[in-house]
Amino acid sequence: MSYTAWIILTASLVGLSCGLVGTFLILRKMAMMADAISHTVLLGIVTAFLITKELSGPHMLVGAILAGLLTALFVQGLHQFEIEQHASIGIVFTTLFAVGVILITTSIGNAHLDVQHALMGEITFIPWETITLPIVGKVPEATALLALVLMIVLVCIIAFYKEWKITSFDPALAASLGIPVVFMHYLFMSLVSITTVASFDAVGAIMVVAMLITPAAAAYLWTDKLSVMLLLSALFGVVSAVAGYYIAAWIDTSISASMAFATGIVFLISFIGSPKHGLIAKYRRPGEIVAA
Amino acid sequence: MWSILTSSNFQWVLASTMTLGIASGMVGCLAYWKKQSLMSDALAHSALPGVIIGFLVIGEKNIIFLITGAAVSALVGAFFIQWIQSSTRITEDTAMGMVLSIFFGLGIMLLTIVNRSAGGNQSGLDSFIFGQAASMVKLDVFTMLILALVVITIIFIGFKEWKLFLFDPQHAKGLGLSLSMMNVIYTLILVTTIVIGIQAVGVILIAALLIIPSVSARYWTNSFHYMLILSALFGGLSGAFGTYLSAVGKGWPTGPFIVVVAAILFIFSLLFGKEKGLLITWFEQYLERKRIGTTKQTSTIGTKGVN
Amino acid sequence: MAKTVLKVTNLSASYRKNTVLDNVNFQIEEGSLTGIVGPNGAGKSTLIKTLLHLHPSLTGKIDFYGLPFKKAKRVIGYVPQRGSVDWDFPTNALDVVVMGLYGQIGWLKRPSRAHRKLAYEALEKMDMAPYADRQISQLSGGQQQRVFLARALVQDAEFYFMDEPLAGVDATTEKAIMAILKELKDEGKTVMVVHHDLQTVTDYFDHVLFLNRTVKEHGLTDSVFTKENIMKTYGGKMQRIVEGGSHVVHSN
Repeated sequence: MSYTAWIILTASLVGLSCGLVGTFLILRKMAMMADAISHTVLLGIVTAFLITKELSGPHMLVGAILAGLLTALFVQGLHQFEIEQHASIGIVFTTLFAVGVILITTSIGNAHLDVQHALMGEITFIPWETITLPIVGKVPEATALLALVLMIVLVCIIAFYKEWKITSFDPALAASLGIPVVFMHYLFMSLVSITTVASFDAVGAIMVVAMLITPAAAAYLWTDKLSVMLLLSALFGVVSAVAGYYIAAWIDTSISASMAFATGIVFLISFIGSPKHGLIAKYRRPGEIVAA
Repeated sequence: MWSILTSSNFQWVLASTMTLGIASGMVGCLAYWKKQSLMSDALAHSALPGVIIGFLVIGEKNIIFLITGAAVSALVGAFFIQWIQSSTRITEDTAMGMVLSIFFGLGIMLLTIVNRSAGGNQSGLDSFIFGQAASMVKLDVFTMLILALVVITIIFIGFKEWKLFLFDPQHAKGLGLSLSMMNVIYTLILVTTIVIGIQAVGVILIAALLIIPSVSARYWTNSFHYMLILSALFGGLSGAFGTYLSAVGKGWPTGPFIVVVAAILFIFSLLFGKEKGLLITWFEQYLERKRIGTTKQTSTIGTKGVN
Repeated sequence: MAKTVLKVTNLSASYRKNTVLDNVNFQIEEGSLTGIVGPNGAGKSTLIKTLLHLHPSLTGKIDFYGLPFKKAKRVIGYVPQRGSVDWDFPTNALDVVVMGLYGQIGWLKRPSRAHRKLAYEALEKMDMAPYADRQISQLSGGQQQRVFLARALVQDAEFYFMDEPLAGVDATTEKAIMAILKELKDEGKTVMVVHHDLQTVTDYFDHVLFLNRTVKEHGLTDSVFTKENIMKTYGGKMQRIVEGGSHVVHSN
């Protein structure tokens, strides 16, 4: 495959996994939790690196899951001590992120990790870091990791589709029916964490938030069906990823940043033009919306 | 290590980050009670494209233009958040997350272009992401100091009004206080604090300086008055100590150190705070359990309402 | 005498530092329809949530059919407050009702045609069949409450807990819901309802449980629904409520 094809494939995988996970993120009202986890995953990666002295996929995944779960636990814990959810998210992620940045800049500054990379991603380098897999042969490591994560996300969503639905919509009922709401919550936080860390190389800590939330929010404006929303969100994710690549190539700038920007454009189009919830539709029949 | 403390330039930097800490501690209290802690994070990130555009317009790093650019773009971000959540079924946190990450993306796009162009690397714009107190020149220091003092003064003068505005807006309205005016002033001082903090603490972590001190202060007092003072104190300490620590190593970013100092103060407050600290709460719960335990023994076992 | 299906002994629970339930004791007999009344903040919702282990208890023992809650779960149905969910969730009325069956469907399985049929019948029972495909945010408050009721019916439980099912619904819905509750009672099922409207207590419930942090009184509505007990439960605020009540009764 050509260099460009690898990059587009990688970016599309990011768009797919983020779009799927993002749908449940916004329905569970956890968008800012994604922001928090995307930051703290950095600390997970750094710690994994400090312990194992290598930057390999599996180590990073484990570090990320631990960091993500820890973030969720801390936020939950602080919330129990009468701190507003908002404030506890703000405290936890800024602190853990700050620790991560300090570790990078002071102890391992010139190693393979650098802050710039972690923040903005470096999708342009991805095709060169390859590994050899049994059947497919030589593939970029980040792409392989993303494909693996996408598989995990897909299996989890399909297998527990109705559990995700009910725990997102009505956790109290779910609990009274005997569905393990808390377990589902932490499983979901793990999915967010591995999606984030797999996307890290490609889009970095902050732009991954755009990939997670925005396509899902755009899809939310087009449909009233959960399954359609999942598909649309994944589609919007891929469209933004590909569009972002071409925007970046066109004005010669950061690919990951352009992907984040492209999600904004997709959202803007939905915000204005969606037949159900868009601005045009709203101004055309304001009465009906109020009645609904 | 002491030598850096004695350099007069560094003393000014220290004074300015301390004042910034005090200002953001106070503004953070207002944001805390308006339940807008994460809003400050969203606004800080959305300031980035404005900073870069401010640089692009005049071609050099001029603090006045950068601050203006940052303020304008943060306000545009705030406007979008408001607009999206009020006109669609998308919730506030989702709107914040979107604006935060998309504006940041736009900022990085522009930053990449600036850095690529000749002389861009000398612009030191990268330091806006994590803050670099050491890179501040005299003009930066004084601008920051003055604006932070203005913010502190506004909160100080209007203490009564702020209290009413936050805790009893209806009553405030009855007294003839314009709520929309107060909202405008609130947004302006919030944005001002954020944008002057960007250079020292960076867009990603400035929110911490607004959130953490106010929550820490909450553990020590139930009075809004003392909460403001304590929060200012915690913010000031974090600003000063963090800056000092970051000056120990060469090229270390300031922001993360400030945040870590703030977090240490927070953990201390969480444990030992007089009002809601963990130790106190555990003790009270222990007493409560003991009390319920004794009622259990003294009350008759007979159940009520057996039909 | 009917069999006791719920026995609560010395139950207490707190929200953070505040004790909201203290030394709560009562027994419920099979086939009763009980209204839980009490002032705001009396712990009515907390009581239900604590009974269903949705909120931790500090002390006490809860027996359903002589079993701990975990073993009796299957036969217990719960209708949360309507305001506790986001009605913008992308799903339709039928789907919400099917959710009531998720516990029975089990892991890794999808709802089948038979499940959908059951859910549709429950909607029909609540006169909501025409709205089965409607996105839930496009239903009125009363219709949303009926969907919730249908979801409880489909669970086919023996013991139902309902948190303010009549709050903010229209008169027709209120009638429909009460008809269903009576029907459940006639089938020998037990129902406990958090209720906020003192004027209708005597019409709707055969048992009433006065709650204000603890059980103030509990028994047959005819014998315990008295002015004294209302005053005992509502404290200082009672005067207005009793007067307001008689006023409304008057206008009827």
